[in-house]
Amino acid sequence: MSTANEIVIAGFGGQGVLFAGKILVYAGLLAGKEVSWLPSYGPEMRGGTANINVIISDTPIGSPIITNPGMLVAMNQPSLEKFENDVQKNGLIIVDSSLISLKVKRTDIKTCYIPATKLAEDAELKGLANMVMVGKIAKELGIFDLDIVKKAASKSIPARKQDLLAPNIKAIEIGLAYC
Amino acid sequence: MTEKVLMKGNEALAEAALRAGCRHFFGYPITPQTEVAAYMAKRMPKISGTYLQAESEIAAINMVLGASAAGVRAMTSSSSPGISLKSEGLSYLAGCDLPAVVVNIQRGGPGLGGIRPSQSDYFQATRSGGHGDFHLIVLAPDTVQEMFDLTIEAFELADQYRMTAMILGDGMLGQVMEPVDISREGTVSTVAKQWALTGTKGTRKKNIINSLYLNEEELEMLNFKRFEKYAEVEKIARTEEYFIDDADVIVVAYGICARIAKNAIDEARKKGIKAGLIRPVTLWPFPKLQLKAAAAKAKAFIVVEMSMGQMIEDVELSIRCSRPVDLCNRTGGMVPTPDEVLAAIEKAARAERS
Repeated sequence: MSTANEIVIAGFGGQGVLFAGKILVYAGLLAGKEVSWLPSYGPEMRGGTANINVIISDTPIGSPIITNPGMLVAMNQPSLEKFENDVQKNGLIIVDSSLISLKVKRTDIKTCYIPATKLAEDAELKGLANMVMVGKIAKELGIFDLDIVKKAASKSIPARKQDLLAPNIKAIEIGLAYC
Repeated sequence: MTEKVLMKGNEALAEAALRAGCRHFFGYPITPQTEVAAYMAKRMPKISGTYLQAESEIAAINMVLGASAAGVRAMTSSSSPGISLKSEGLSYLAGCDLPAVVVNIQRGGPGLGGIRPSQSDYFQATRSGGHGDFHLIVLAPDTVQEMFDLTIEAFELADQYRMTAMILGDGMLGQVMEPVDISREGTVSTVAKQWALTGTKGTRKKNIINSLYLNEEELEMLNFKRFEKYAEVEKIARTEEYFIDDADVIVVAYGICARIAKNAIDEARKKGIKAGLIRPVTLWPFPKLQLKAAAAKAKAFIVVEMSMGQMIEDVELSIRCSRPVDLCNRTGGMVPTPDEVLAAIEKAARAERS
């Protein structure tokens, strides 16, 4: 029952997967789409695995829960192992290859390896691998342009932390440019 | 067009309370409703309101009682185990005929249970939530927008009927973030609260707010009167209906389960099964008449809920058991999937044909 715009982003608590999801739903909202953002909450937020269900849709959203994502973004190995089999046929898995040595086993889906953590560190944007992923996801979705993603980032970053906007956008641009 | 903002259900609910003129919030932290208290803690001091983290849930509900007796709009929020602690206060509020808004963002139970979403406090909410003959008005939002809208309405209904209005949500509705239009201001109560304890200033007879009546005839009469009021409140029962005009199989679900059911109904319709949804928006009063009317045409019902089967009793009572009613449920923090609901619809459709 899923569509391509049902995205699960998963990683360790602290990698910013919830925030990455927030920027995507804000971009969706600004682009006039229906959106929902459903986090895993509870003990996993305290250092274990965290994941976020993001839906960006042209029609009203029924259940905000994603059983079979069209896109899985794995930012650590346990997440890839946990969700790989849930991804719908012909779906996409994006893997942070700087943290995950494991390869995707399934052959009925598209796979994309991007060393997001390393790309961020090389650009002196340590900790912004999540934003590199936002850029990559936006590129794969192809439903909003960079301006909307920039505006979404600006809206998601609190007023008193707007100095963080520029590095976040730089990281998003790295993701957008990565092939 | 007003710009929508992204908010978590818990935050939208808290913002709605502020827009409804609530300036007194008494709480105690518990997952998964903590964002309500956190939002209030941040905002109340900036608008000259009172945010108070009480020493316990029991203290918090009694602070609500005190504030309400003084004539102001007051609210508390908690999650399942915390609501059990508040049940004494809920009964006293009813016994005193005081308006209040109480939020239950349900989690799995019984006992301390878990922190994942649940609907297993349905009986507790709809039967009364405390000792004695009384009811709460129970509103069940299914989107972040409704977390906002129904909270404003809860304050209005509470004042209008001098009752506690409960928002019965669940952990998922509390945590999910969706676009919400928060431009609507609540109507700050225009009902003059002549019963409130505001000080006589030597100009009027004193008001007394009390729930102790040792004269049994007087107490019986008060209960009769209160139930005459409840009969009036029954008229606010309402539903959202989805594809029910030609439906053979009607799913009845509230809150997040209704949204899951909609996905399943869409799939069932694609397969040629005439399925529809009745979503009770008010759980007390329960929309008995709407269910009864639907039973005249539908052949089978399915209740989808995150409990061992609680609302199903109200559905069976409403339709006088005139149609088969199946239960499709998960509990303890587990959430039914659209596929599970679809399987239940297909089963009911098959049974109805054979």
